[in-house]
Amino acid sequence: MTFTTFIQHVLTGISLGGAYALIAIGYTMVYGILLLINFAHADIFMMAGYFMIFAMSSMPWFIAIPVVIVVTVALGLAVESVAYKPLRMSPRMSIMISAIGMSYLLQNLAIYLFSALPRAYPVITPLKQSFQIGGVSASLVTILTPVLTIVLVLLLMFLINNTKIGMAMRAVSKDYDTSKLMGIKINRVISFTFIIGSALAAIGSILYFTDRMSVTPFSGILPGLKCFVAAVLGGIGSIPGAVIGGFFIGISETFLVALGYSTFSDAFTFLLLIVILIFRPTGLLGEAITEKV
Amino acid sequence: MKKNFPASVRLTLSLIAAVGVFFLLFWLEGQRTEQGMLISILQKSVILSIAAVSMNLLTGFTGLFSLGQAGFMAIGAYVTGLIAMPVSSVDNVFYVSGMADGLRSFKESLSVLPTPLLITLALLAGGLIAAIFAALVGIPVLRLKSDYLAIATLGFSEIVRAIIAAPQLDRITNGSYGLKAIPGFDSGGGRGSLLIPFGVAVACITFIVLLIRSSYGRAFKAIREDEIAAEAMGIGLFKHKQLAFIISSFFTAISGGLLAMFMRSIDARAFQVTLTYDILLIVVIGGIGSITGSIVGAFLVTFAKEWWLRFFDQPLVINGFKVPLLRTGFRMVVFSIFLMLIVLFYRKGLMGNREFSWYRLLSWPARIGRRKKSLPSGDEEALK
Repeated sequence: MTFTTFIQHVLTGISLGGAYALIAIGYTMVYGILLLINFAHADIFMMAGYFMIFAMSSMPWFIAIPVVIVVTVALGLAVESVAYKPLRMSPRMSIMISAIGMSYLLQNLAIYLFSALPRAYPVITPLKQSFQIGGVSASLVTILTPVLTIVLVLLLMFLINNTKIGMAMRAVSKDYDTSKLMGIKINRVISFTFIIGSALAAIGSILYFTDRMSVTPFSGILPGLKCFVAAVLGGIGSIPGAVIGGFFIGISETFLVALGYSTFSDAFTFLLLIVILIFRPTGLLGEAITEKV
Repeated sequence: MKKNFPASVRLTLSLIAAVGVFFLLFWLEGQRTEQGMLISILQKSVILSIAAVSMNLLTGFTGLFSLGQAGFMAIGAYVTGLIAMPVSSVDNVFYVSGMADGLRSFKESLSVLPTPLLITLALLAGGLIAAIFAALVGIPVLRLKSDYLAIATLGFSEIVRAIIAAPQLDRITNGSYGLKAIPGFDSGGGRGSLLIPFGVAVACITFIVLLIRSSYGRAFKAIREDEIAAEAMGIGLFKHKQLAFIISSFFTAISGGLLAMFMRSIDARAFQVTLTYDILLIVVIGGIGSITGSIVGAFLVTFAKEWWLRFFDQPLVINGFKVPLLRTGFRMVVFSIFLMLIVLFYRKGLMGNREFSWYRLLSWPARIGRRKKSLPSGDEEALK
């Protein structure tokens, strides 16, 4: 592997990792507050891909992107209020089954509405401009993804550390019951979490699918699981952790594919998951809470 | 104290029902051309019912939420398929890179066995290999709790799928081309397309029921209710969890082997996460913690998906008016909405954690009458 191809793979890996990081934040935030693996998050991400296809067919990209984000947020909120809100006080297994059921419903809905065949993802022209630096060629989206990810994460961290709603979110994830007693409107905090998670999933989906070029009703499953692993790797509940996990999985996956082990790249992610859960269940940046594992 | 008939009455009723079902299946088997669809739906239902019952053993009785079913089914299906596949069709199936020499000579040495024995051996081997995998995976994974266990077993199932499809294993699993020419249920002389899967299912489910009624089963339930209390009562947590996991994986793999014989040709894509979800949904619809529920659920779900809801997928025109919404895929949307309704509003599923009893079945009409009568008096016990 020459230096140029190495740099090329690093760039691709960072770009993929950025998209993973944005999705992983959605998992980690919901898990931090509700202790729920939001299985439907992967399908919200997939749906965002379809929304973009339809939005781009009738409007220019700079209008389509905000429209897609708004519609995806609406979908995320709908999923939360239909599938999770009624089960707030139920055992964890029921909520998880409800999440799996919702993911099943969204996939079947996508098959029904958009058919199971892959659909071409629209080309967002400015994102596709390619650069040539030395021997390395890259499109704008490859450079933009990590930068955008870092900027969005810094914004999110600011929001969580310096605003009232952010303080409420931190309180709820520390102790659900006590924060309720302190007068925090739990439902509002949870809805807000889903708004942020879905918006980031929508942005992540634009960045992810621009490189992949097609969407199917099942294209959310694997990235979704990988992003959950990323969230666990970084320490569930921790946003910087999710970002580190996302980048790590993106880069290692790209290199496994480059070395010719593409069939094992998925298996590697899950092996990583099992290893982390055994040796460091709190992840890289997670706080030690004995209840978790 | 549960009301029930005396044991002799129950036994007689069960025997009559069993003989009746046996002859019904025997008769149906003969009608292959007329009842082809019914036969294949029954086959699929009974195969899924084994998988659902063994998932219920874990989820409903031991309280371990595992999502590794598809992986164990894949192991069972591939082992069964490889052993049961006739040597004569090996070259046809492995036309790309050929079969590994060791495996081939192993198959040739097995080919002296008569087909029924070979198939039995194949199913058992699938189960045993899956059980060994379960024992190895269980050591690290069973220390995890609730959703972490679920996601780790899900990961295991994806790893199995990736390894099966890996080009490095082309000469063993035939990589992404999959296995073909797996003998069906009726390969041993024309009959058995229903009696074989039903027979295997009865054997597997009887074993699981006996296990649940034994002291091991009581230990499983104790772990489900409260791990710490169970441990304090002297129940070895890890030992019992491991046992439940291994046994459940064994039977899941048997059901995977049957599925391979049902489908005749398999590849790694058949064992995706969706298969696990399908089984989970059967367990949920039937009632988590009810063996009867899982069996009834398997039949209901398969019949609904493959038959009763079929018309949702066909465009329908009445008097020139095209009924809206009906087209390919609508069936599954209706099905998943129905499922969400069960998950949200009827969380106990069909059976809750009750089991089948002749008394409940036969006194059902009477109970409905009684419930209606007692409602106005505000008797809250009757509502439960």
